[in-house]
Amino acid sequence: MTAIAAPRFLQSTVGKKVVMAVTGIILFGFTIVHMLGNLQIYLGPAKFNAYAHFLKSVPSLLWGTRAILFISVLLHVVTAVQLTALAGAARPRAYSFRRWRSASYASRTMMLSGPLLALFVVYHLLHFTTGQAHPHFIKQDAYWNFVTGFKVVWTAVAYVVCMLALGLHLIHGAYSASQSLGLRTARTAPVFKLVAYAITIVLVAANISMPIAVQAGVIKLHVPTEVPPVVVGVR
Amino acid sequence: MNIKLHVWRQKNGADAGKIVDYDAPDISPDMSFLEMLDVVNERLITKGEDPIAFDHDCREGICGMCGMMINGTPHGPRKATTACQLHMRSFKDGDEIWIEPWRASAFPVVKDLVVNRGAFDRIIAAGGFVSVPAGSPPDGNAIPVPKMNADLAMDAAACIGCGACVAACPNGSAMLFTSAKVAHLARLPQGQPERDTRALRMVNQMDAEGFGGCTNVGECEAACPKEITLENIALMNRDYIKATAVYRKERAGGD
Amino acid sequence: MAIKLESKIPDGPVEQAWDKHRFDMKLVNPANKRKYSVIVVGSGLAGGAASATLAELGYNVSCFCYQDSPRRAHSIAAQGGINAAKNYQNDGDSIHRLFYDTVKGGDYRAREANVHRLAQISVNIIDQAVAMGVPFAREYGGTLANRSFGGAQVSRTFYARGQTGQQLLLGAYQALERQIGLGKVKMYPRHEMLDLIVIDGRARGIVTRDMVTGKVASHVADAVVLGTGGYGNVFYLSTNAKGCNVTSIWRAYKKGAALANPCYTQIHPTCIPVSGDHQSKLTLMSESLRNDGRIWVPLKKGDTRRPDQIPEAERDYYLERKYPRFGNLVPRDVASRNAKQVCDEGRGVGETGLGVYLDFADAIKRLTEGGVRERYGNLFDMYERITDENPYKVPMRIFPAIHYTMGGTWVDYNLMSTLPGLHVIGEANFSDHGANRLGASALMQGLADGYFILPYTIGDYLARTKLDKITPDHPECKKVEAEVNGQTKKLLGIGGKRTVDSFHRELGKLLWEKCGMARNKAGLTEAIEKIPSIREEFWQNVKVLGGGEELNQSLEKAGRVADFLEFGELMCRDALHREESCGGHFREEYQTPEGEALRNDDDFAYVAAWEYAGEGKAPILNKEALEFHAVHLTQRSYK
Ligand SMILES: Cc1cc2nc3c(=O)[nH]c(=O)nc-3n(C[C@H](O)[C@H](O)[C@H](O)COP(=O)(O)OP(=O)(O)OC[C@H]3O[C@@H](n4cnc5c(N)ncnc54)[C@H](O)[C@@H]3O)c2cc1C
Ligand code: HEM
Ligand code: FES
Repeated sequence: MTAIAAPRFLQSTVGKKVVMAVTGIILFGFTIVHMLGNLQIYLGPAKFNAYAHFLKSVPSLLWGTRAILFISVLLHVVTAVQLTALAGAARPRAYSFRRWRSASYASRTMMLSGPLLALFVVYHLLHFTTGQAHPHFIKQDAYWNFVTGFKVVWTAVAYVVCMLALGLHLIHGAYSASQSLGLRTARTAPVFKLVAYAITIVLVAANISMPIAVQAGVIKLHVPTEVPPVVVGVR
Repeated sequence: MNIKLHVWRQKNGADAGKIVDYDAPDISPDMSFLEMLDVVNERLITKGEDPIAFDHDCREGICGMCGMMINGTPHGPRKATTACQLHMRSFKDGDEIWIEPWRASAFPVVKDLVVNRGAFDRIIAAGGFVSVPAGSPPDGNAIPVPKMNADLAMDAAACIGCGACVAACPNGSAMLFTSAKVAHLARLPQGQPERDTRALRMVNQMDAEGFGGCTNVGECEAACPKEITLENIALMNRDYIKATAVYRKERAGGD
Repeated sequence: MAIKLESKIPDGPVEQAWDKHRFDMKLVNPANKRKYSVIVVGSGLAGGAASATLAELGYNVSCFCYQDSPRRAHSIAAQGGINAAKNYQNDGDSIHRLFYDTVKGGDYRAREANVHRLAQISVNIIDQAVAMGVPFAREYGGTLANRSFGGAQVSRTFYARGQTGQQLLLGAYQALERQIGLGKVKMYPRHEMLDLIVIDGRARGIVTRDMVTGKVASHVADAVVLGTGGYGNVFYLSTNAKGCNVTSIWRAYKKGAALANPCYTQIHPTCIPVSGDHQSKLTLMSESLRNDGRIWVPLKKGDTRRPDQIPEAERDYYLERKYPRFGNLVPRDVASRNAKQVCDEGRGVGETGLGVYLDFADAIKRLTEGGVRERYGNLFDMYERITDENPYKVPMRIFPAIHYTMGGTWVDYNLMSTLPGLHVIGEANFSDHGANRLGASALMQGLADGYFILPYTIGDYLARTKLDKITPDHPECKKVEAEVNGQTKKLLGIGGKRTVDSFHRELGKLLWEKCGMARNKAGLTEAIEKIPSIREEFWQNVKVLGGGEELNQSLEKAGRVADFLEFGELMCRDALHREESCGGHFREEYQTPEGEALRNDDDFAYVAAWEYAGEGKAPILNKEALEFHAVHLTQRSYK
């Protein structure tokens, strides 16, 4: 019964957690950049549309980023499913009575917030990237799409809910990643916690502010000089 | 005080098992939880019913033999307290108490509340040691150890191997247990020569036993009667990652 | 048919005995070691260390324990520390001083040569344990820390917080697990040894019961080692783990391995008092508490006032009063006996009247509450957890409890019993502690036996002995198996009315009263008369439910209690025959006018090795005279 000494990194629970953490951090990083970019919505249509244009101006960068994100999501999801299966196999029978002592709600619902995020990503892409799920999509006018998109109440609500789910996922995940990667020590733990919590809260608050701002009329459709190139409501 | 118990009864590993209710009247608050079970058992025997099987030995919180889910948490409601050190004054007259065995496929139930924790021994056998045969060590003081490291090593070494961490973990993970031994030895100079292989072997064995992965929920730390911390898991992850990175196939023995 | 007790102590001065002996012993050729097999029963410090070391040497080892893992042996519970004559503190310690202290502490009832060897080896144990990664306490400079313990005049005790036994055991356990992983040790957890197999006059195996499946099976080997710990649980209430038992050495006794000094039992003065009939075991609190706590009881009998309402003038700090020089730090036996005495006078405290105060009020004044917390915080927490009283506010209540047994299987210098091939180590043998064990010396002895003595001496035995090959199908094995099965059937078939525990309690109470802290002729005689009747009732009226082929904890207990019921009688006989007081054995008839133990060196400076004479026959007393060359016999005095 001598133990296997060779590393089996990707099969191991530790290795899988590293995959989760690395891909999670990539996605986390992306959401931060994404959020910063989107905040330009507050600067008006010119700035925002210029930013949107810029993003698409270098195809290699665009597709490179998309590839990394796609692979990350794929690995993240596949590994999450694997870990969940392992956990299920490790405790095939649940307790008749269970009381949690310290486990946060967020930590226990990663497999709810996560899949919700997956659905959200699909919807989000159909909504703002390809437009199939957008009622008034105009290919070249991101600002227009943004505002008209969020004018729909249930869409705004859905985004807010999903952003709360993202917050829930990250309030555990962002800090958790430091543990999975073995970076945490008694001394660094509070720092990681602070950074993770702070960024998550800012991220969620900023993201939520946008649909709300549209609903509240703080972010409005175009000033007259910037009439849309195409007629409203038709595509 | 009078207590109502809901106890998991299972004749053996093959039996399906079920929760059975018992009344436990006239319980003294000064009894330990296990003494309460003793009393219940004495009464059961007198009535001709099979007593409830549960593991215990030292009854002072150090051997790690006792362990059961008490009202949904390992070892019951008191922090840093094993079931044998829990006293009935932690409950109120009229309370209902749910008692179940540790549930993990790596800890199969033997009978009632008794489980087989042999997996823990095999994890230690895989690498939780320093290979020094008796007889040839240097003088004790020839290996100075900074006090802080000695203290941290001792914190981790305090693990009693009861399995509460596994029982508490929603994923049935044994990372707290495994990491406590990895960390104990990693903190000491004596543990350095085998540090990499230890992390690899112990984690591999842990996985082979069918424990789940850690999702940093922290229930293990909260349930641990010896207050072993999550920091040890981070250290183990670190060691495992590093060991994977520097791994080389062992060479066959010399001459 | 008295047996010959050959102690095999090497000739010449004790200082050279062990070195000389090691040279004289025969060695087993390394290539041949793997042809030998050894059974080790017990995975405590003694058994665990022995199993690992024998396997390292190349022997094939089978190791047995009744717990679910070898790591849970009762050695795990030792708190205080382990002695070693390292003289790291430069305070004048030496091998000779540790040797001298141990012989004196044992009230001159131990073998000089054995004790000297123990003191010599003590230093290697620390080195070994450190190398294995035992996290001993350290000084800021990184060197090992020491404390003084149990009234020793030097600081020679090494410790790992209050968990020294745990850490030492885990060290041995890890070494053992390593050998299990390498396939050199086959581990049998949850296996209880129920009898010994003797073939051609030699111990060749054991019969065990698999505690999960109930399967009774024989295991054979070239030599058998018992490291099964002490028998303190004969008293029912003790600081021992619930499963500690006398079965292995009692069965060995019945097969011809003489049992020595069973009446030498140690009482520990600082345990938490009994709280009611439900009490299942007693909890020890480190002796170190006596360094700062003051022990007292009310002057008046039956004083039921709260402690804080009893004025200073109406308190009796009896240890300080009687022993001005040592005060609260008198040895364990003296402190214990005095507590019993004041309680017998009706001055005991607490609901049961069986307790004395251990008061930290002065210490808190002197050191502040924080200072006391720093030293004893974990003990205070434990006390509060168990009693629900805050010892920072109310004085602790303490009472003595059975803690350690010095008696055990008689062994020669090679740790072999009177039954060839049967070696006994650790607390299970009659050991090196004489009539009283010093604090922090049991861990030392268990590890000395396991790591450094037995591995040599067993080689000598194997090298000198021609052994036939045997298998578990041997008729003798089958016969012993049948006996074991017969006993199981019998226990299950009685179908009486009383539970096993009720018998155990009854026996324990009787022994505690008649053969506990203080003994006298009338009491012992009474106990010797009563025990057989309890035993008889047990065999007629015990109720053991369930079957034999399953995990059956009542059945396990019943087997152990059946043996205690026989052993308890021998213990009383030994206590009755020893008409002197020494160490843990206090006979009320033999005391100085001041109430101290009075030894009788002229008539009792011997080891009493009891030999089984057969069912229903009185056991035979064999004597091994003790000779003292290096140490002078003196009367202990702590005034
Ligand atoms: C609370 C407490 C505190 C102590 N503190 C100290 C201290 O500070 N310093 C010190 O030096 N000493 C101390 N002692 C004493 C010391 O711990 C013990 O004497 C010593 O550890 C005994 O070790 P051992 O290996 O002989 O036996 P144990 O550790 O008791 O091991 C016995 C082994 O035998 C096995 N066994 C027993 N019967 C059977 C059977 N029938 N079949 C199969 N297996 C069996 C058990 O499973 C176990 O593995 C303390 C003791 C107690 C109770
Ligand atoms: C925007 C998308 C997402 C981001 C930013 C993100 C981020 C993270 C981060 C940082 C972690 C922590 C990794 C670790 O602990 O090591 C994590 C863990 C996890 N994620 Fe995601 N994730 C996203 C999407 C998803 C999706 C789509 C799923 C579901 C299928 C999912 C399921 C999980 C699970 C199960 C964990 C592990 C739980 C844990 O470690 O506690 N995540 N995620
Ligand atoms: S019985 Fe030993 S820890 Fe509870």
